[in-house]
Formats: sequence, C-alpha cells, structure tokens
Amino acid sequence: MTTSTTTHTIDLTVNGIPRQVTVEPRTLLADTLRTQLRLTGTHLGCEHGVCGACTVLVDGEPARSCLLFTVSLVGRSVETVESLEEPGGRLNPLQQSFQDHHGLQCGFCTPGILMSLTALLRDEPHPDEGRVRDQVQGHICRCTGYQQLVDAALAVSDEDAEVAP
Amino acid sequence: MKPPAFAYHRPETVGEALDLLAELGEEAKILAGGQSLVPLMNFRLAVPAHVVDVNGLTELTLSAQRGGVLRLGALTRHRELERSPLVAGAAPLLAAAAPFIGHPQIRSMGTLGGSLSHADPSAELPGCVLALDATVVAASARGERRIPAGEFFASHFTTTLESDELLVAVEVPVPAGRVGCAFTEVAARHGDFALAGAAAVVTLDDAGVVTDARVVCAAVAPTPVRVAAAEKLLTAGLPGGLTEVETAVQDSLDPTPELKVSARYKRRTAGVLARRAVEAALADAEGRAA
Ligand SMILES: Cc1cc2nc3c(=O)[nH]c(=O)nc-3n(C[C@H](O)[C@H](O)[C@H](O)COP(=O)(O)OP(=O)(O)OC[C@H]3O[C@@H](n4cnc5c(N)ncnc54)[C@H](O)[C@@H]3O)c2cc1C
Ligand code: FES
Ligand code: FES
Repeated sequence: MTTSTTTHTIDLTVNGIPRQVTVEPRTLLADTLRTQLRLTGTHLGCEHGVCGACTVLVDGEPARSCLLFTVSLVGRSVETVESLEEPGGRLNPLQQSFQDHHGLQCGFCTPGILMSLTALLRDEPHPDEGRVRDQVQGHICRCTGYQQLVDAALAVSDEDAEVAP
Repeated sequence: MKPPAFAYHRPETVGEALDLLAELGEEAKILAGGQSLVPLMNFRLAVPAHVVDVNGLTELTLSAQRGGVLRLGALTRHRELERSPLVAGAAPLLAAAAPFIGHPQIRSMGTLGGSLSHADPSAELPGCVLALDATVVAASARGERRIPAGEFFASHFTTTLESDELLVAVEVPVPAGRVGCAFTEVAARHGDFALAGAAAVVTLDDAGVVTDARVVCAAVAPTPVRVAAAEKLLTAGLPGGLTEVETAVQDSLDPTPELKVSARYKRRTAGVLARRAVEAALADAEGRAA
C-alpha cells in the first residue's frame, strides 16, 4: 500500500514565476504559500471556506486556498496579493484606493478581498455597486462594515470610465 | 494544516480512475472541486485513506448538445453553469440556480458532479436536475449505468451511487416549445445554504394551456421532493388560482426542523417560494413564441 505521507513534487506557477514544490498530499495551497514559499500575504481565518481571507486566483479565477490541495494544482497558475505590488514597492491603483477610502482597518481580510476584486475588475473594468457587493459577499470583514471597501472598488471602477456615468 | 494524511491518486483517464475505485472501494474518496470534501477533511469529519483526484480527466469537463439532450460533464464548474451560453440556452434552470450556490470563490471550483454526489438536501442543483427530469450517467469498471434524477437521491448526503462508481455526466432534456422555468430560495444570508427553495418547469401548448409541470422543493426533506399535488393543479388549469399551489405544497410537506428554523417556517416558506417559482415559470413560458 502507498504510505500516506509519500510526498509529491509538482510544478506550478506562482505570481508569474515557475515554482517546484514538494508537498504531502494533504498540504493545502494556503500552507504551501505561507510556509514553503513565504508568501504570508495570504491569510488563514476559518480554514473551511467561509471567511474568504485565504482567497487567491487560480488560473485567474478567485478560489479559497484553504480548500485546495497543492498536489492537485500541477501546471496551474496561482496569483496572490504579493503580485499586486507595482515597481518600487508602490501600491497598485486598487490597493491605493483601499488606503484612500479607509477600505481596511486591521487588514486581515484585505488580501483575499483584493484578489476577488482583482478578478472582477479584469473581467468587468467598470462594475456597478451591485456587482462589487456580489463579488465581496464571500468575504467576512469584522472592521469596516464593508461600505468603505465597496467605495474603494467603485472609485477604481469609475476612474478610467470612458463614458461619464 | 488540518486535513488528515491520505494517499493521493491522479488518474489520467476515466478507465484508470474506475480501476482505482474498483480496487480501493470504500477506502477512497473522489476529489472534484473539493468545496465540500475539503472542509469535511479539514474538520476531520471525513478521513479517507485514499483520495482519487478526478481533475485530470478532461473527458469530464466536456459539454455538448446533441439532438434534444444537453450532456454536461461531471466537472462542469458552477461558474460555467452561470456563464455558459450553451447552458443558458439549453438548460436555463441551471443557469438561474447557479448564482445561489455559495459565493463566486466557491463557484469557480465546485462542480455539478460533486454537488449531485454530495447530495446536500439544501443544495440547489439536486432539486434542479429533478425538476428537469435529467439523467445521471455513472460509470464503473463494471460498465455504465443511467440513473433518472428521481432515483438518484436516497437520503441526506446519500445517493444511489456505489462506492466504485464515478458520476461522469448529467444529461438534461433540452426544452422544446413553450417551456418556462424558474428557481428561487430563501437563505439566512446570500450565499448560505437554502432554508427552503423551489424550482418549477412548465410546458404550455399553442393555446397557452399547461400540458406538463414539474414542481420541486429543496431543503425541506432528506432529498429534493417533487410535489405531485401542485403539478396536478397546474395541468388542471389552476382552477383556484396560484394560491392553490402554495397550499398544496404546504399540505404535502413534512419538513424536519433545523437548528435555525422550525418545520412550520420551512413548510410555509416552501409554499410561498413554490408559488413564486410557478408564477415566474409560467411568465417565462408565456414569453416564448407559440
Ligand atoms: C462557504 C461555502 C458555501 C457553499 N454554499 C453552497 C450553497 O449555497 N449551495 C450548494 O449547493 N453548495 C454550496 N457549497 C458546496 C459547493 O457547491 C460544492 O462545490 C459542492 O457541494 C460539491 O462539489 P465539489 O465539486 O466541490 O465536490 P467535492 O467537494 O470534491 O466532493 C463532494 C463529494 O462528492 C463526491 N464526488 C465528487 N465528484 C464526484 C463524481 N464525479 N462522482 C462521484 N462522486 C463524486 C466526493 O467524493 C465527495 O464525497 C458551499 C461550499 C462552501 C465552502
Ligand atoms: S481561511 Fe479559507 S475561507 Fe476562511
Ligand atoms: S479590515 Fe479587519 S477584518 Fe476587514
């Protein structure tokens, strides 16, 4: 019988960089990111899919990194909050807007929310409030009451709108 | 890291997967989107010795419409049901129900096959496949089996799939003529599992008379349930109006109370939801050309 602890070595892309990791089958993507790749921007809250803190993009789609086994992600592309940083360590427009609109307080939920909104803004550069709220409904924030982070996303949505609303 | 240790298998073909399932039997769990299995493993409520990851089986991702049937691969993600023009045209009920499933972050991974196999009584898709009179296609090393949706769900989190069987596809009859459908539910918060839900599919003839109706309630019994009394009223031309549908549903159901909601709440809510679903399905059908 195969012993349960047999490790697997797999290739995947993390933030555009090809990476090879050796993991136990039960290793969750969140743990690979945080402990093996030292990408601690991805946070773990509930570890059962409900809080959204651990959200990353997998092949461009937002997903819970606490519900994915790393071993299953052969050849897939993962993006974390660290990928949002602009040259010179500057915040990207969405992150800057979060700062400007007080879209975060403690910041625990923020990396996940930023990644969900990043996916939305790529698909739909000018989402309305309904679409923004729909996208962040899967995230729990204990600090902001959500209004400011919705405002932050809407400001980015309006920013380069070609047609005035 | 919370899940228990397990041996991981990643078959490349359906044949390989079926051989593994035959060999490992009850010891193995199939991993699809992982959006139900992994939380259970993180809580150690599920402790499988072996996990058979089916995400490498591209055959299970394919969907196609042939003749009057839409065949959806088991690995069709909830997100695809929500967005695919093929599904919107050939199985609009699934497209309508998908946005009620969890959150976008869950829908990008969760699969149709996983949701049906998991058979959560509060889930959306099991009720929809029952309302659509769909067929589940299951494969094992012993051969292929076609299971009508009405015979697929056995009880809470239990289906009639055997431990060596893999759900490979779901076949949905494509509506022909004036067929209307609707799905609706009530949940504590958007994205939560339904406290009660209802799906309706109605067929009208050229004169606008209901010739066929399927009314299904979810989250009110161990499996999704068809409410024959409500369906009969519809084909009889709703002599007493739409409120009769509501009453018929309430009289037919005997829900078990849950932590947050009483049986009475579920029964009443299901009745109202069924009435609304029927009303919307009728309007949908009437809007389609005779
Ligand atoms: C926060 C959160 C909220 C959610 N909200 C909802 C909701 O509102 N409504 C809802 O319906 N669901 C909800 N879900 C569950 C989600 O829809 C799951 O995706 C679905 O129930 C299971 O699909 P999966 O592909 O993720 O299956 P998995 O988790 O991979 O598997 C689930 C079960 O099915 C078996 N299985 C999977 N695929 C097959 C197959 N092809 N053949 C045979 N057996 C198979 C597995 O062995 C396992 O026992 C939620 C999940 C989370 C984490
Ligand atoms: S830690 Fe993944 S959803 Fe809460
Ligand atoms: S900023 Fe503290 S939880 Fe959201």
